[in-house]
Amino acid sequence: MDDLLSEFLTETAESLDVVDAQLVQFENDPSDRDTLNNIFRLVHTIKGTCGFIGLPRLQAVAHAGETLLGKFRDGQLQVTPEAVTLVLGSIDRIKSLLAHLADHQAEPDGNDRDLIEKLEQAAEGAPVAPPASPVVATLPEASPEGPEEQGRWDADQGRYLRPGEVSLADLEAAFNSADGPDEPKPAKPVQAETDEDRKAALGANTIRVSVDVLESLMTMVSELVLTRNQLMQMLRTVNDSEFKSPLQRLSGITAELQDCVMKTRMQPIGSAWKKLPRIVRDAGKDLAKKIDLVMEGEATELDRQVLELIKDPLTHMIRNSCDHGVETPAERTAAGKPETGTIRLRAYHEGGHILIEVSDDGAGLKTDRIRAKALEKGVIDAQEASSMTDAQIQRLIFAPGFSTAAKVTNISGRGVGMDVVKTNVELIGGTIDLRSRPGHGTTFVIKIPLTLAIISALIVGMGEHRFALPQLSVLELVRAGARCEHRIELINSTRVLRLRDRLLPLVKLSDVLGLMCDEGGGDQLSYIVVMQVGDTRFGLVVDQVFDTEEIVVKPLSKRLGSMSEYSGATILGDGAVIMILDPNGVARSVAGAERSVQRAAGEDARAAAAASGEQMSLLLFSAGGEAPRACPLSLVTRLEDLDATKFEPTSRGLVVQYRGKLMPLVSAGGEIRRHGRQPVLVFSQGDSVIGLTVDAILDIVEDQLDIQLADGSPGVLGAAVLKGRSTAIIDVGHYLGEADPSWASAVAQLESRRGRRRVLLVESHPFFRNMLAPVVSAAGYDVTVATTPDEARERLSAGVLFDVVLADADEDAHNAVAEMAGEGGATVIPLSSHRNSGAVPKSDRHALLAAIAQAAPSGEAA
Amino acid sequence: MSLQEFVTFRICDKSFGVRVAEVHDVFRPSNLTPVPLSSPDIAGVLNLRGRIVTAIDARSRLGLPPREKSVGCQQLAIGVERGGESFGLIIDDIGEVVRLDENDLEQNPVNLDATWSGVSRGVYRLDDRLLVIMDIDRMLAASGVQDAAAAA
Repeated sequence: MDDLLSEFLTETAESLDVVDAQLVQFENDPSDRDTLNNIFRLVHTIKGTCGFIGLPRLQAVAHAGETLLGKFRDGQLQVTPEAVTLVLGSIDRIKSLLAHLADHQAEPDGNDRDLIEKLEQAAEGAPVAPPASPVVATLPEASPEGPEEQGRWDADQGRYLRPGEVSLADLEAAFNSADGPDEPKPAKPVQAETDEDRKAALGANTIRVSVDVLESLMTMVSELVLTRNQLMQMLRTVNDSEFKSPLQRLSGITAELQDCVMKTRMQPIGSAWKKLPRIVRDAGKDLAKKIDLVMEGEATELDRQVLELIKDPLTHMIRNSCDHGVETPAERTAAGKPETGTIRLRAYHEGGHILIEVSDDGAGLKTDRIRAKALEKGVIDAQEASSMTDAQIQRLIFAPGFSTAAKVTNISGRGVGMDVVKTNVELIGGTIDLRSRPGHGTTFVIKIPLTLAIISALIVGMGEHRFALPQLSVLELVRAGARCEHRIELINSTRVLRLRDRLLPLVKLSDVLGLMCDEGGGDQLSYIVVMQVGDTRFGLVVDQVFDTEEIVVKPLSKRLGSMSEYSGATILGDGAVIMILDPNGVARSVAGAERSVQRAAGEDARAAAAASGEQMSLLLFSAGGEAPRACPLSLVTRLEDLDATKFEPTSRGLVVQYRGKLMPLVSAGGEIRRHGRQPVLVFSQGDSVIGLTVDAILDIVEDQLDIQLADGSPGVLGAAVLKGRSTAIIDVGHYLGEADPSWASAVAQLESRRGRRRVLLVESHPFFRNMLAPVVSAAGYDVTVATTPDEARERLSAGVLFDVVLADADEDAHNAVAEMAGEGGATVIPLSSHRNSGAVPKSDRHALLAAIAQAAPSGEAA
Repeated sequence: MSLQEFVTFRICDKSFGVRVAEVHDVFRPSNLTPVPLSSPDIAGVLNLRGRIVTAIDARSRLGLPPREKSVGCQQLAIGVERGGESFGLIIDDIGEVVRLDENDLEQNPVNLDATWSGVSRGVYRLDDRLLVIMDIDRMLAASGVQDAAAAA
């Protein structure tokens, strides 16, 4: 192809992208003169260049578009969406002409009368002041036109020329200063000059390089890095070598070269977004919806290759959000939302990945419809449909051949939908997920690797296997073992590590990968790679840590591609192939489906700790294993050391005679002894008692209770670091229920006998809820628990009369509850987790019971 | 007569053939890195002249018993390029190249095991043995997928 032509095509394509985006921007803010001037200048440049290289059709279209723009610029014409659509239409026409030009190196036959006439009508037909026409006229007159073009457009020119004789003085001035055919003539010559200067300056510093050259550069650098690694590996085995220092230099230079080459491939993601404002605008027009597109993080850079691959999926997703996500203005108004919907596009870096979020504030995914559709299309069967959670159902939109649009529009809903997006994203080693809240909108999160080429990795060993871990997700390395500062501890069978007073969930690499490795005893020395993935922090237990290496990521074979544990493979310096672990995949196996892993941000846990605040007395004991357990001392009525031979078996388990009553015994873990002495924690419950047997009572500590790790196992509320050891905090209520299943009926009996007082406990923190409810009910009250102030209000308004309401004074929302309860005739006792707040401290069992007794004295009397 | 050239090889004393054009090279797999959690027919990955090759264990793929470790002779692999990726099909022994007439290829016997019929294009009756012509693409595909296709 002609050099001139190809240069023209590249440049014009870039200009058109800018024009597209700016037009949409301009439409939203017609008062923005700078944008309009810029658009005008770009279109004018295109027109000028077309004339210069002799492309009459293009020139004619550009000219007509420019004419209309000129009217906007001079304020002769009101900017209407219809007019902007028309200008956009001319841009589209130019694009299609350019496409033909690129393929055939000549303009297609025919003309664009239809479009041009519309543009002209728009430019002239507007009811504006008389001087409007002259502006239109002067432009073509002044613009450079080849003779060929002149002839062809004589008729039009005639029409334009007529008013052209009456030209505006300022425009005359502008045109006088413009003389060459190849020079753009913008509205403000001064500004144009500075622009040109800047362009010239830029031109000197940048050159266009073909993408192929960059690609082959990258490949060669990858190979160079590999060879360098091999050399360095060889050098390590030689003690004293003359090659040492030159090799070191080679290594350094290779690293720099690699960095530079990587940089050449990086592009801001904004370049993939350029077309989106236009797409959203057009979609909004077609669908009669009002949609704003908000873009954040355009400057986020990522590899060119990745960028290219993500472009189409993104476009598709934006279209989807316009079509399915955002509702019509009427629906939005009805739902109490602003008429204009917002689609938010956000890109940011996170741990070696780029995250792109596409969110809308629309109606959210309609789970029922997806379910029905999936059934209808045979994606799932009836049994699956009933057993799947809403989140699972929502993910069905990624299933092949699935389209939820009730009606097929020309925007989306043609059956090739999110499954194609998902496939494309996964092709480049990315993941896609979604969150949706009915009425609040849907958010898609695409996670894609920054680059596909070279990463720094930590080489770790497990058994005889070696794996590479991307360095970016590795926070630190910890050595753990019998003679080390750090030790791996167990909560139930879950491994944790106490690291700077925080509990770190651990997972063994051999467990993640299902490797058979001999355990070699619990005290074996091992390394823990502390990793952070998203907001999950965990430790990966490995046998060996070798070194870090710059590895060239080779994509996984398609045969292995579906495995989430690996992100690729690489060739090490010694020539061996090892698998690259995908931290995301590993993290998934740590987190499991429901288990909440400690949040790295720690917001929840810390907030809870701050709320529970003050010191609390805890009883430390051991039961069924080495790991200490604890429960709040305030719950325990008495500590006893009983003669185990006196325990008597019954159909419900062991009981013992205790203070003239039969006390059921239940184990907090471990066997209940039948010989010697058995330590028992006695809990009183109404007028019955229950004994919890433990192996040994260890200590009573005053400590701040910071429950960090919720373990799913029954009977355990969570774990906390107490006296420097991780300790399981037991759920007393669980054991009490276990000891006496007839508790509920006993309560009912008691109630009828004693006319129990009703107590409403409003407590949002699960720990205190679990702690206080048994205490209060054990004292003979009928306890209703509300987890949120809203729930409490609901219960209060449901007509149940409560005698006492225990409300959390630390939370503002509870004041409203207190007020409402007060109106209903209940006595409100404010509770606080702080001792010196004036409210009843939550941790003081006696003070609480005394306060309740005082508030509802008849309960005791009856 | 349209003659086709086939590379013959043996797996578990059974003869197989693939078209010469489909075979990229034949190599001795060494330094094989197993891939935990992968399907059992993936023998591992290895480095062949700077390329990462996914090795597929033909025995496991065909449901044959694994090789006895004590057998002295080193195993061999047929290198195949598919979709820009390199694969190695681990076999027991490589044989000669034979020229056979396409018209003599017989359909798979109907009672052939589903796994086998899935990867076989047909059978040649040679003088001394039967030669199963292997469909390399099917052989390289995941067995589960292929089984489903065979069942359909």
